[in-house]
Amino acid sequence: MIDICDLYKSFNGQEVLRGVSLRIERGELLALIGMSGYGKSVLLKHIIGLMKPDQGQVFIDQQDICQLKGKGLEDMRTRFGFLFQGGALFDSLTVFENVAFPLREKTAMKEAEIEARVLFELEQVGMAGAENKNPAELSGGMKKRVALARALVMDPEIMLFDEPTTGLDPVTTSLIQRFIRQCHERLGFTGMIVTHEIPKIFEIVDRVALLNQGRIAEVGTPDQIRKSTRPEVAQFISGATEGPIEWQ
Amino acid sequence: MILETLRELGQYSLSLLRAAGGMVVFLGTTVFWAFIPPFRLRQIIRRISFIGVKSTLIIILTGAFTGMALGLQLFYTLRRFGAESMLGPAIALSLLRELGPVLSALMVTGRAGSALAAEIGIMRLSEQIDALEAMAINPYRYLMVPSLIAGMIAFPLMTCIFNVVGIYGGYLVGVKMLGLGPGVYWVEMEHLVDLRDITDGLYKSVSFGVIVTWVCSYKGFFTGYGAEGVSKATTEAVVLSSVLILAWDYFLSSLMV
Repeated sequence: MIDICDLYKSFNGQEVLRGVSLRIERGELLALIGMSGYGKSVLLKHIIGLMKPDQGQVFIDQQDICQLKGKGLEDMRTRFGFLFQGGALFDSLTVFENVAFPLREKTAMKEAEIEARVLFELEQVGMAGAENKNPAELSGGMKKRVALARALVMDPEIMLFDEPTTGLDPVTTSLIQRFIRQCHERLGFTGMIVTHEIPKIFEIVDRVALLNQGRIAEVGTPDQIRKSTRPEVAQFISGATEGPIEWQ
Repeated sequence: MILETLRELGQYSLSLLRAAGGMVVFLGTTVFWAFIPPFRLRQIIRRISFIGVKSTLIIILTGAFTGMALGLQLFYTLRRFGAESMLGPAIALSLLRELGPVLSALMVTGRAGSALAAEIGIMRLSEQIDALEAMAINPYRYLMVPSLIAGMIAFPLMTCIFNVVGIYGGYLVGVKMLGLGPGVYWVEMEHLVDLRDITDGLYKSVSFGVIVTWVCSYKGFFTGYGAEGVSKATTEAVVLSSVLILAWDYFLSSLMV
């Protein structure tokens, strides 16, 4: 489904991705872990074509998204849902308008259908009753939940989550993770979650990949990652300050 | 030493050229998408409100005081030549052809242009523009085109308000305070002001609307990082828009004379 081949990206001469290769199968939910500032979000943005690589390809069903432009890229992106780190809700729109936004823009649904759909999604994320609030009135966790509802409202084939639970309390974190798993089972999307929630995330994903020094250091099931003998994996999971992972 | 200076000069010129090229491409892309349906009427109306309606008070105040200052200065200047009767047309022509379009554009730049640059800049930093793209929505069509069209509509409307209020400001000072006959003020104005004086000023203000929305959107769209980046983008947007307004005004005036 998603095939990342030898991806390189640098910013102002600083190499962030140095030959990332990773394959995600259809319907799989994969967690991408790694140190902060090591390019996890950058990799996510390459998958949806928000960034262009210096070198390498990202194939979505054998189509290289890096080569797509105009209508082709637009069509490809309609298959995606993306949950941004800060939610990226539109300040000028209410919660309801934010969630309704992709439906109004990209479908021919009638207003009554849109309303029913938006209310359903908001209820799913526990935000029923907040339709008329502005994003500025919401807490960080509430913003993430509304953003999640917006990302899922189009029933995407591919879902990308950029740190969906960072900065949230443990209860909300568990609720959001459980909700992501439920949505994955319900919608069957192919998903990638950038996260630091270790080991909690191991409970909901099919596989885990560790990004280190601009490359994928290890990929495996949560059990394989837990038992991995690779020093960088063991260090990252245990949170030890001494080891092969360099702090940048 | 000389080579070093030349190299720095060359690099500076190249970066200026690159920035200018980027701005032209940005405008070209926006204009291209402006002709492709669907046309976002609701967004355009929102932007007209943002650029125009919310600037009305500042335009009325500026127009009134500009007209009053003109009335005061021109009355005493014209009296030296025994030509006080020319006060009405002098005020009207100054406002309609030059001061109305230029001053109203500068005021709207200060109020709405800076806000536009800051708003788009913050949208960029908080990934709202990325979110638009991720939802397969073209940010040029959604953000830039409505701003450009709204600027082309709102700026002439603001200029009209500025002109009318300014002429009445001049009337207040010249007629009510300094004793010029009201008939003289209006009749001479009617004799000497042509429709072309009005339309030339309005053409100018349409072009100022393009300049301001273009420059401010561009600076916001390509803002730097953090609060400092947005602050710098906003300042640059206002300064560059203001300089371009004055330079473009001179160019158009020389063509319209």
